[in-house]
Amino acid sequence: MSVRVALHSRSFLERGLLLLVILIFLEGTVLTLGAASSPDISAQDNTGGHDHLDDHRGIAGSHVHPNYTKKAFPVLSLDYHHIQVPFEISLWVLLASLMKLGFHLIPQLSSIVPESCLLIVVGLLVGGLIKLAGEEVPPVLDSNLFFLCLLPPIILDAGYFLPIRPFMENIGTILMFAVVGTLWNAFFVGGLLYAVCQIEGTYLSQVELLPCLLFGSIISAVDPVAVLAVFEEIHINELLHILVFGESLLNDAVTVVLYHLFEEYSGAGEVTPMDVVLGVICFLIVSLGGIAVGAIYGILAAFTSRFTSHTRVIEPLFVFVYSYMAYLSAEMFHLSGIMALIACGAVMRPYVEANISHKSHTTVKYFLKMWSSVSETLIFIFLGVATVAGPHAWNWTFVSVTVILCLVSRVIGVVGLTFIINKFRIVKLTTKDQFIVAYGGLRGAIAFSLGYLLDKNLFPMRTMFLTAIITEIFFTVFVQGMTIKPLVDLLAVKKKQEAKRSINEEIHTQFLDHLLTGIEDICGHYGHHHWKDKLNRFNKKYIKKCLIAGERYKEPQLIAFYHKMEFKQAIELVESGGGVKLPSAVPSQVSMQNIQPKKLPPPVAERALPQFTKGREEEIRKILRSNLQKTRQRLRSYNRHTLVADPFEDGWNDFILKKQRLIELEKKMTEMSNYLTVPGATPDSPTMCRARLASGSDFKAEKGGAKVIPDPNAFYNIKASSDGVPTIQVDLASPQSPDSVNMLNEFSKRGATGQGLGQREGADRDEDQGLMMKPAGKGEKGEEEGGNKNPGLMRCLSDPGPSNEDEEDEPFLP
Amino acid sequence: MGASQSARTEHEFQDLADRTGFSLEQIGNLNKRFRQLSKNEETLSRQDLASISALDNNPLRAQIINAFFDKRNLRQNEAGTVQVIGFEEFLMVMSHFRPAAMHITEEEREKLRREKLRFLFNMHDTDSDGTITLEEYRRAVEELLSKAGTIGQETAKAIADAAMLEVASTTRGKMEPDEFYEGITFENFLQKLQNESERATNLERRETERRKRRIRPWPLAILMDS
Repeated sequence: MSVRVALHSRSFLERGLLLLVILIFLEGTVLTLGAASSPDISAQDNTGGHDHLDDHRGIAGSHVHPNYTKKAFPVLSLDYHHIQVPFEISLWVLLASLMKLGFHLIPQLSSIVPESCLLIVVGLLVGGLIKLAGEEVPPVLDSNLFFLCLLPPIILDAGYFLPIRPFMENIGTILMFAVVGTLWNAFFVGGLLYAVCQIEGTYLSQVELLPCLLFGSIISAVDPVAVLAVFEEIHINELLHILVFGESLLNDAVTVVLYHLFEEYSGAGEVTPMDVVLGVICFLIVSLGGIAVGAIYGILAAFTSRFTSHTRVIEPLFVFVYSYMAYLSAEMFHLSGIMALIACGAVMRPYVEANISHKSHTTVKYFLKMWSSVSETLIFIFLGVATVAGPHAWNWTFVSVTVILCLVSRVIGVVGLTFIINKFRIVKLTTKDQFIVAYGGLRGAIAFSLGYLLDKNLFPMRTMFLTAIITEIFFTVFVQGMTIKPLVDLLAVKKKQEAKRSINEEIHTQFLDHLLTGIEDICGHYGHHHWKDKLNRFNKKYIKKCLIAGERYKEPQLIAFYHKMEFKQAIELVESGGGVKLPSAVPSQVSMQNIQPKKLPPPVAERALPQFTKGREEEIRKILRSNLQKTRQRLRSYNRHTLVADPFEDGWNDFILKKQRLIELEKKMTEMSNYLTVPGATPDSPTMCRARLASGSDFKAEKGGAKVIPDPNAFYNIKASSDGVPTIQVDLASPQSPDSVNMLNEFSKRGATGQGLGQREGADRDEDQGLMMKPAGKGEKGEEEGGNKNPGLMRCLSDPGPSNEDEEDEPFLP
Repeated sequence: MGASQSARTEHEFQDLADRTGFSLEQIGNLNKRFRQLSKNEETLSRQDLASISALDNNPLRAQIINAFFDKRNLRQNEAGTVQVIGFEEFLMVMSHFRPAAMHITEEEREKLRREKLRFLFNMHDTDSDGTITLEEYRRAVEELLSKAGTIGQETAKAIADAAMLEVASTTRGKMEPDEFYEGITFENFLQKLQNESERATNLERRETERRKRRIRPWPLAILMDS
């Protein structure tokens, strides 16, 4: 980025200062200092201002050398040149971010006008101001800058968070729109434009067919940046979103091939049938090659992340670097970089997520969202600036015909293709859907950058093309982008369901998948469920084993989902302050007792004890001990590159296994009180529900006598008891049945270990400064409870891998 | 063999096509498969289905096979199971998996949807008493995770409990500690699916409200809201 900006900026200090002034102006703050000091500084620097970038201090110094006169040592010297490039970049980024910030301070504005429009307007203003100041407007949307720096973050963000399931379910439709639709648009627009140009009196007769087709292929591609920006604001349902967005991603290959093809032959002149065949082959290579490059890097990234458990801090970097390399590698061969990025992100995600820590996952998520939103903002601002920069060649006929043809071809294309597609789809696309798909086909900065790339000598009408492209972009972004929201409301198009995925939903989804696969097998028809199942099993059996560290690859999807949910609720509970006082304040939700059949719990001890062996107990003790030692070691080895010595961070993988064994044991001893933290009728009160549930299990604990509750709820019980209300009563001292004598033995043995662990945990928590509460002042029993509960507690608050948090699918920009 | 027999089958097929909604070609294909599975017998037994090798890896194998022999799925309104099924019954079960025709009224679509959901419900409700009890739900989830080894079995129960609680709270709302939720009825089952979308719109509304105010992060905000 820096190089590109630098090469094209001729004015130095003044522009930077000007920007600063604009910033100040736009933000409405008065910062007189910069303005006051600006005139004399710029006057000073103007002399050296036109030096080339390579002239660094040293070279400048050697210039000065001949007329050497002794001067006083400069105590304070000004060398703006030295920092100019990064400084200006920072200014642009700052401007973009502040603009974004500013818009959200005025909610009324952002509810009417899409952000993309506002940003373009800002760009126009900034460009205008630069021009007013008598400066040459920098070619900010230079193609290299755009394709190498601004575009990749947005596409990676899209690819990494691509909703795979809906995408794959609609892949046929998406490909149809992306490939056939784009081809149709390109040829329809290009061909008819050529026809119009031949009409006498338009002064366009010098425009040939091939440049027209080239122009058609540039202008026909739906732009992912523009689509994302607008569709995220209108909250359209998932199907339509993925259709339009998927199309905008996948049409890249078509555009790349058509672009290079026409560019190549515009010089040569004629196109033979052979070239068409080559074009088709080229298309296959560009798209499949892009995907292959992306997938290779994706797998490499996944494989690398397998070994990062000791250097968690650099984990996120691998995600970014491998993806960027995939993009660059694809671009190197003129393959589709966008497809490479999408493939890379989508391939690496499931494995990387399983490998990296929760914190790293959050970092990845936020960095991707941050970069993509800054890039997006910059792109729209630059689009505005580039419009001012010109040069323009306005031709009424050409521009208006372009805009009309684009609309017409889009509508015809969508309607025609849907007619064919609907024959194969189970969920048909209605007329409303077709309208939104057609209307949502926005054009954007990719088209502009491609137009900018055209060679002036080969295409004398480049300026006119650029003007037409800009007009088309403005038309789609402003007119369509602004009206699509009211239209969606007017037509009552189904909106996006923003509900969190519930556990029932997940169960039923999985159930249906297996059911349909089974039915297909019975029919003897090998449809896509059959192949999907095959692929899934292959993935589970071989790929996951290679790419995922530890034992987590064995975890089925449903369980992974459950753990995520569990974790999320734990976090919510912690964030909301533990909910100590909540149960009384809030009406109770449904609790476990309501669904547990009344005949339960059966006599616990009878079942529990007989099979209990010495060997097993020894095993448990070993587990506890080793866990303890590891924690201690980790705490000692502090180094600069780890964030916080978090004893729970790394142990997750081992921990699941250990926990499994512990639970096995506990199951035999107690009637398991299950983890029950389901949001009630209103999904907004999981915490209360939980608190309520926790108190529910108290009740059971008392009833069942000596009881270990291996669930995270217990943790909150402890907390509640710190208020002076002892909620769990583990009465070890009073055996109630002959069986419980045995149980007592087991308990006291475990208690010894458990107590140690409990104390240790307490100490750790002190160092950690209180994400977790210390079960203090509870005496022996409390300690013991703490120890026994640690599995659940630790699982709850340690790192269960990335959780599929709800912001993920939401537009990031609030 | 002969013209008369093929005419008879054709007539039969036409009849079946009318009742199940399959096309003649589809019925022909399914008939071929039926013959293949039943080894050219008139009826199909559990063993025949169990011998399909592709089903071996399916965690729901037993449940799927059971569904074919469940009287409730054969469009007869009685409970219980049968030992063997003929081609007609086979088609009946299969017809639950037929996509809806392109042009049907909203009412018919709703009816079709109910039928499909009923089939699904019946798969969970193994003792055909009209409710999916906690035990049944647990078994279903266990079945689903049966390929995952011990980890699966351990967590299955917890997952089923959580899911059951979720259903109970969405369909019943508030419950007293001494009340008892017997299980999911078919109405609950439908309601649950309905609720999901209602909840979504509620959330959306709340989200826009929050956007307007934009003060608190959401976990806190929702606590205050209620």
